[in-house]
Amino acid sequence: MKGRFPMAIEVRNLVKKFGAFAALDHVDLKIRSGELLALLGPSGSGKTTLLRIIAGLDWPDAGEVSFDGQNALARGAGERGVGFVFQHYALFRHMTVFENVAFGLRVQPRAIRKPDSAIRARVKELLDLVQLDWLADRYPGQLSGGQRQRVALARALAIEPRILLLDEPFGALDAKVRKELRTWLRALHEEINVTSIFVTHDQEEALEVANRVVVMDKGRIEQVGTPSDVYDNPETAFVHGFIGESIVLPVEIHDGVVRLGDTALNIAAERGSAGPSKLFVRRHDMQVSAPGWGGLEGTVRRVRTFGPIQRADIAVPGRLGETVIEIDAPRDRELHSGDIVGLQPRRYRIFADQP
Amino acid sequence: MTMETALPRYTSATDRSRRDAMAARSARRDPRTEPGPVRWLIIGVAVAFLSVFVVLPLVLVFAQAFSKGIAAYLSALSDPEALSAIRLTLCVAALSVSLNLVFGLVAAWAIAKFEFGGKTFLISLIDLPFSVSPVISGLVFVLLFGAQGYWGPWLQAHNIHVLFAIPGIVLATTFVTFPFVARALIPLMQEQGTQEEEAAISLGASGLQAFFRVTLPNIKWGLLYGVLLCNARAMGEFGAVSVVSGHIRGETNTMPLLVEILYNEYQFVASFAIASLLAMLALVTLVVKTVLERRLDEGQIPHGH
Repeated sequence: MKGRFPMAIEVRNLVKKFGAFAALDHVDLKIRSGELLALLGPSGSGKTTLLRIIAGLDWPDAGEVSFDGQNALARGAGERGVGFVFQHYALFRHMTVFENVAFGLRVQPRAIRKPDSAIRARVKELLDLVQLDWLADRYPGQLSGGQRQRVALARALAIEPRILLLDEPFGALDAKVRKELRTWLRALHEEINVTSIFVTHDQEEALEVANRVVVMDKGRIEQVGTPSDVYDNPETAFVHGFIGESIVLPVEIHDGVVRLGDTALNIAAERGSAGPSKLFVRRHDMQVSAPGWGGLEGTVRRVRTFGPIQRADIAVPGRLGETVIEIDAPRDRELHSGDIVGLQPRRYRIFADQP
Repeated sequence: MTMETALPRYTSATDRSRRDAMAARSARRDPRTEPGPVRWLIIGVAVAFLSVFVVLPLVLVFAQAFSKGIAAYLSALSDPEALSAIRLTLCVAALSVSLNLVFGLVAAWAIAKFEFGGKTFLISLIDLPFSVSPVISGLVFVLLFGAQGYWGPWLQAHNIHVLFAIPGIVLATTFVTFPFVARALIPLMQEQGTQEEEAAISLGASGLQAFFRVTLPNIKWGLLYGVLLCNARAMGEFGAVSVVSGHIRGETNTMPLLVEILYNEYQFVASFAIASLLAMLALVTLVVKTVLERRLDEGQIPHGH
């Protein structure tokens, strides 16, 4: 923690299969020293498998993992200097909080093991860091979820890891505790300066906590970027659909004209694109205007207002009957159920359908 | 009170109060229980059955053992043949319980923590000693180690005695009592999963350290439970041991075998004196078992405060 450089991690061409199911399908990833990275994806996307392989708890079928340029796969889990925080904490149930945190120090080979007094001092320091020194004599069964989570973190930090891996760190907590711990984890990361990777299926968590986000689906990496990158410039249809709320409309592109059913939309197709595609628009990027100016039109079905926005369900005609889309409009433009309105995407992306 | 106005007008006040009282009485009856007489009948049958089939024999064992006074009881127990049987039984139990401790742990570990082909088959195999008659279990060893058996001639040529000697008794007892430890551990270890071990390994513990510091403390009550039952059965086993023992007096007679022999020779006090020891073992086992079950139910979490 002090005076040690955090580690850079490189993953090359990683493949892991469970039977016929490819959990990781040729994954390449570079993780910078000291960053706080989120692996984000739906369940079954391979994010936990990737984390476990980096930790040495699983072994890939093919590919390489290196820490600062050195082959990590040649080393066992205990020799990698990796702190791992398990999804359900995996605290040692028969040990006190204190002994849980001390474990990693007590099992060191005699030659490098610290004297007992130094171990005690170190554990106390860690419990102070996670603000749990007053619970040192309790057993895991007597703690709340948030407290267990912090004990698990202190235990992982005890071995002075150069990489910290967290599997769904807030998954089992209720919403309020989750929010608190999020802010706290960010602050902690800045304080201890360890390359950290956490797995989550919660996009808000990933976007709010991480420096960079890796979006995964079906064992592949869809996009790597800063939170604003993946939110504002999604590179694939999956990322656009997975992150943020999007309106998705099936469109057809012909000679540079984008059509929804029979309606030609007032938007430009990317050069060279043609055939059936999907139009992605963020809910707040769909601008409502007066009808009759050409382009997309729809009928307002239902309006809800809360805070600064009003959310409206609008039925638009499509190839196969009408589709209802949900848009967010500012309060200053009043919408009523039954109104016919024009719709113009301010920002949008079009992705050709995968054949 | 608005309810009352809704009642039909022709209902008199007395009618109404009588009906309310009846409703209250029947509502007071717990829907989960039976009417009084049925309840007492069921309890009575259960108690009578237990008294006749369990308590009475137990009392009789002790009554018979002490029928000629305490001196006769003690001298029956200090007879060289009795002492030899007690020694042999303790020795056999110690050996087969230790063997089963190791085998049971290994089998439970393999089943609970790894995935491999034939796992379901192995789980069924573990129960085999329970489902097969103990006499058959003993005969299997005769077929393997007997003079006409599979390995018999080779053993004879090397002057190794298995059958009608202590090794045979230990083997038969181990076979019969194998399932206890494995059965106690498998569900426990399956429920606990492998995450704590993974945590220990990732914190730098060696495999042995993870076992002794994490796995073993987590399963110790289950392990003790299995060992206890295994021990009770090992000391009490009759059928399988009877087949392989050869009944050599003062040498290969265990306590249960000696009980039968003495009884057949009309030495009732001596026979029941030995039997009383086995009965006491059973009672102690029962008490310890209850204590262990309580510890297991508590989820093995010791409470520090």
